[in-house]
Amino acid sequence: MREAEIRRLLAANLLCAVSIILAALVPAFFLDGFSVLGTHLTWLCVCSVCVATLNIILHLVLKPSQSPKRSSFAHKISRFLKCCIYFFMSCILFHAIIVLYGAPLIESVTETFLFAVLLSTFTTLQCLCLLGPNVQAWIRVFSKNGAMSIWESSLQITTVCSILGAWFGAFPIPLDWDRPWQVWPISCSLGATFGYMAGLIIAPLWIHWNRKQLTYKSR
Amino acid sequence: MQRWPVVLFLAWVCLLFFAGIGLFMSGFLLTRIELASSSSCSDPLVPPPWERQSLPPGSCWAPQRFSKAVLIIIDALHFEFARFDPAKVSPLPYENKLGVLYQLATSQPRHARLYRFRADPPTATMQRIKGLTTGSLPTFIDVGSNFASYAIQEDNLLAQLVQNGRRVVFMGDDTWEGLFPKKFFRSYFFPSFNVKDLHTVDDGILQHLYPTVDSGEWDVLIAHFLGVDHCGHKHGPDHPEMAKKLTQMNEMLRSLVDHLGNDTLLLVAGDHGMTETGDHGGDSEKEVNAALFVYSRTPLFGSGPPEEPETIPQVNLVPTVALLLGVPIPYSNIGEVMAELFSGDGDTVSAALQQLSVYHINAKQVDRFLQSYSLVAQDLPAEQLQHLQELFSSAVEEHTQLLAQVQGTMLVPPELESRLGGLIGRFQRYLREARAVCTQSWARFHPLRMVGGCILIASSCLLCYMASELAASSHSFYRSCLLYPLLWGLVGAALLGLAHVFTQEGLDLLLVSSWAAAASQLGFFWHWWAWLGLAFPMGILFFRCGAMFSDSFVVAEARVTPFLLASLVMLLVGKLHWDGRLTVPEGPKQQLLGFSSYRREIWYLLCLVAMLLVCVRLSSFFHQCREEIPQCRPSVFLSPLASLRSTRAKNLFYLLCVALLAGLVYAVQSWLRHYGNLNSSDPLVLFVRWGFPLVVLCIACYWAVASSADDSLGKLQELVQVAVIVFPWAVYGLASVGLLLLLCNPMTVFAKDTRESAGSIVTPYLGVPSSEVDFLHVIPQIYKRMQESQKNRLERGSCRATVAAYGLGSVYSAALVIALTLLGFLLMLLHSERLSFAFLLLFMEAFVLLHIHTSIPISSPFSVPWYAVISWILAASQFFYSTGHQPIFPAIHWNAAFVGFHLDHSTNFLPAVLVGANTFASHILFAVGCPLLLLWPFVCEMSSSQKKKPKKESREELQEVEEHMMEMRLRESPEKFSTALLRLGLKYLFVLGAQLLACVCAAMILRRHLMVWKVFAPKFLFESLGFVVSSICLLLGISLVMRVDCAVSTWFSQLRLR
Repeated sequence: MREAEIRRLLAANLLCAVSIILAALVPAFFLDGFSVLGTHLTWLCVCSVCVATLNIILHLVLKPSQSPKRSSFAHKISRFLKCCIYFFMSCILFHAIIVLYGAPLIESVTETFLFAVLLSTFTTLQCLCLLGPNVQAWIRVFSKNGAMSIWESSLQITTVCSILGAWFGAFPIPLDWDRPWQVWPISCSLGATFGYMAGLIIAPLWIHWNRKQLTYKSR
Repeated sequence: MQRWPVVLFLAWVCLLFFAGIGLFMSGFLLTRIELASSSSCSDPLVPPPWERQSLPPGSCWAPQRFSKAVLIIIDALHFEFARFDPAKVSPLPYENKLGVLYQLATSQPRHARLYRFRADPPTATMQRIKGLTTGSLPTFIDVGSNFASYAIQEDNLLAQLVQNGRRVVFMGDDTWEGLFPKKFFRSYFFPSFNVKDLHTVDDGILQHLYPTVDSGEWDVLIAHFLGVDHCGHKHGPDHPEMAKKLTQMNEMLRSLVDHLGNDTLLLVAGDHGMTETGDHGGDSEKEVNAALFVYSRTPLFGSGPPEEPETIPQVNLVPTVALLLGVPIPYSNIGEVMAELFSGDGDTVSAALQQLSVYHINAKQVDRFLQSYSLVAQDLPAEQLQHLQELFSSAVEEHTQLLAQVQGTMLVPPELESRLGGLIGRFQRYLREARAVCTQSWARFHPLRMVGGCILIASSCLLCYMASELAASSHSFYRSCLLYPLLWGLVGAALLGLAHVFTQEGLDLLLVSSWAAAASQLGFFWHWWAWLGLAFPMGILFFRCGAMFSDSFVVAEARVTPFLLASLVMLLVGKLHWDGRLTVPEGPKQQLLGFSSYRREIWYLLCLVAMLLVCVRLSSFFHQCREEIPQCRPSVFLSPLASLRSTRAKNLFYLLCVALLAGLVYAVQSWLRHYGNLNSSDPLVLFVRWGFPLVVLCIACYWAVASSADDSLGKLQELVQVAVIVFPWAVYGLASVGLLLLLCNPMTVFAKDTRESAGSIVTPYLGVPSSEVDFLHVIPQIYKRMQESQKNRLERGSCRATVAAYGLGSVYSAALVIALTLLGFLLMLLHSERLSFAFLLLFMEAFVLLHIHTSIPISSPFSVPWYAVISWILAASQFFYSTGHQPIFPAIHWNAAFVGFHLDHSTNFLPAVLVGANTFASHILFAVGCPLLLLWPFVCEMSSSQKKKPKKESREELQEVEEHMMEMRLRESPEKFSTALLRLGLKYLFVLGAQLLACVCAAMILRRHLMVWKVFAPKFLFESLGFVVSSICLLLGISLVMRVDCAVSTWFSQLRLR
């Protein structure tokens, strides 16, 4: 059972990673002059949308969080709206935090906000898919021994990796190499993306490696 | 542990660090040996005999071309100031103002020419004067001696002139007086260092200039104008004042030209340029790009001027002027003559011959200098000297051959002409290469000393760390710290040895040992893995230290430090959450649900973190700029209010600043009142109540006077002059009175002794009560007293009376807070007015940091965790930048030396202290406030449990009330208290030392880096000075706590005796 689930997780994560790679390559065939560095804002949008849709589809297909009770249609709608609000709020929050960390306040607001959206896609959206708009559950997952399934462990790892990637992405900005990717927020968004992808790959491996130690509490 | 050993131990550690810094500095900062020899007329540097015979009387080495010279030095005359572009429609305030230079150069192209005059860094005035007269390159450390100019010992132009009987008259900047004592035939010195004074020097010169020129009693006249430089410092180049100043200079030059005779050479030179903010000292393009203008009434140049003005190094002026005036070139000159000035009015061949002869003399002089220098010091590389020697001798050889040929023939054939040109080129090449070799190798280091210093600092760091851990050591320390790592190392070495055996390679001992070392370290860290996980702030510290090794990161440090601070705090909260230390321990019921309910404090903590982040972000609006980041604009808050043009904005900002000061006083007073430290009638408390507002008043008055426009006051000018001095002195006086009071009696405790009054109910009424009124007065008192004592007895059970001491629980912090506030006032006074916002942010951020530190549950209250210390130091370095500083010399706020002083200083000590205090303001505040990290959790103990003002402290140790002990818990266990202070001090020193170590290593490893003099060396100097200041202030802060502790002890013993 567990082996099979790990395999499913691996497949899903690999799909996500492939989708990110495709998001960087495929639009070049449709859009003139598209490149990750040159038209960074477009790429940010494309990547966010790709990852978001794929995640939602995967969530619907795989149903990692088996909700025991059937809920009404109205309930589902309200859940969905709540999710949207949460997502938007997380974008705003990320934006604020990024600005507090030293991003320009007025110039390049669009860039900063799209970067915040990308980060939210990598982190908040996953949480929303897996846990729903339930802050208590989020708090539980992001604490020691809080994960209750391999999906939640994977969520932990990918989220932390994305944020760490974004954090490390800020490091090359002051360097005087004069590279195109040192412009705000390219290095950070690339860092976040690479971090996310690394998280996607590390998570199943790590879970597989530690499958003996991992004992999940039952609900 | 007693009190004294703690301070002594910390002082000892500080001294270890200082020794390391000193050792490193002596090896790192460059030195050049000054030669005592000087040139003289009879030197055997003889030109060929046929020329020597034609030397006119009064000439040495070369025929004198001008008998008189006027050297006008306009301080900070940037090239752009001197350039005139008639096509420009709307020139900036500093553009197109020196029209007379342009007119002369266009109307008389063979008489006048403008050059770009490249100053060698450092571009401080004294170094430039040295360079302009000795013709050599001053080294880096000379910058520091700007306050006191020492007399120039080396051979120089003035000495040569005087030696050869020329009368040198000087007027202007009194820096020259110190550099050339008793050299001048006549001199008019004016005080130079008050940069706010634009006119004294210039008006003084103008008063004497024309009469002196007309009198004719001079051979060389030097006038050094300072107005332009001071205007740059005060207002910046882009200001109407600058236009006025330059126009004044223009008029001065115009009338001076009319006063000159035919035999006079006029040189107008800037000693350095200025940056966009009007500063100088570094080596940016704008600072080194000065202007030189040459003019004479007789034709000077053989041809017209080139399209674009030629660039010449500043030292080239020395040999040129020396030979034009017919005096020997100074001994240590490495400059090259400006040949076109020697072309005369003959044909091209004779011009070339003349140029060749001056080049020959110049080359011989440089060769002589290099030879005697290489005898004294070995720092010039031998192979390069060899190469230069070859260049020189071949050129000289060809020169002799050519001369023989030229002498033989009357008519010079054209191929000889080209050979002449080629030879000039070879001499030029020799001179330039010699200069380059000197420039390069006067960046000379003592590697051994540098390594020694590095090792000393590193081992001191290690010592700090070890001692701070050992102070609370566990018994298994050695086993886990030493034994296991050693085992690991052995295993690693064995593995590598086996691998070698299998692969049958030669056994490399070095490789094996390094492998073993790495493995043993790994073992150490493996064993302490869990512990390292706790000490995650070390990671942040590691990043901070690593950032010192990249010039880009040093340049961007103003942004890096807040980033790291924010990350540290966020990581801290994240980690606490991850560990579940923010949640209430789960009950069985909640566990079933899978929820963990949050404490209410989490919101408080999150608010604090948000406030901290906002503070950090806001503080970035006060940054100064470095020239490496061209798109950066310096913060508008850095300029003094006086530079604001709009009166409304000025008034608004002024009111805001004063309100802020008042708010600060109010905040401090209400904090003290809240903890009951404002109740007693001790002189200190009275000072806090009445002295603080008075200080604020004085500062406000000073700001008002200083920021008012210079001209608008008219008759009140004299009064203003006095007020500008008096108010800062009042603040200095009040602050020192406050600090003295703090030292004498740091107790801010108000004791209500109920025992005393219980013993003597007797009222001051003597004798029998005579009237009804007295009875009415006394009887209720007796009744009340009885009632109270009864109540006490009932409540306490035991019949001992108590002493109620207000503010005893925060007596240590109160003293520190008072000291910090006073220091804050002093430092704000030294900064420009609007930087007080930055200080407000500083105090707020420190407060928030303390609260975050307090609200995080810690295991033992007597040890300050690493993250707190690191965040404290990060905040200190962050506010170094946010108070408008940068670790570069042009960014030093020299104005601070004149707060409270109008004229020049008599000593160097006071201005150095003032400027140092200004520069390291945040280091001082944070280091003095460091013990608060230990005290704050105790102070806040009450507010977290119960909000109640007076805290009762039972005199009897047996009957202590357990709650509200606050800082008295520290007195409970004096041993632990001293140890805790020691550990805190050591941790602080460790973190500071780690940063210093990174700087030192960066400077050492990258000493041949392109940016070493621009980035790493200044960074190292600022960091080491900051370390010295911080460590001394840390000692002072800890001693203050100790002093309070002593006072508390005596207070208790007095209470017991009573």
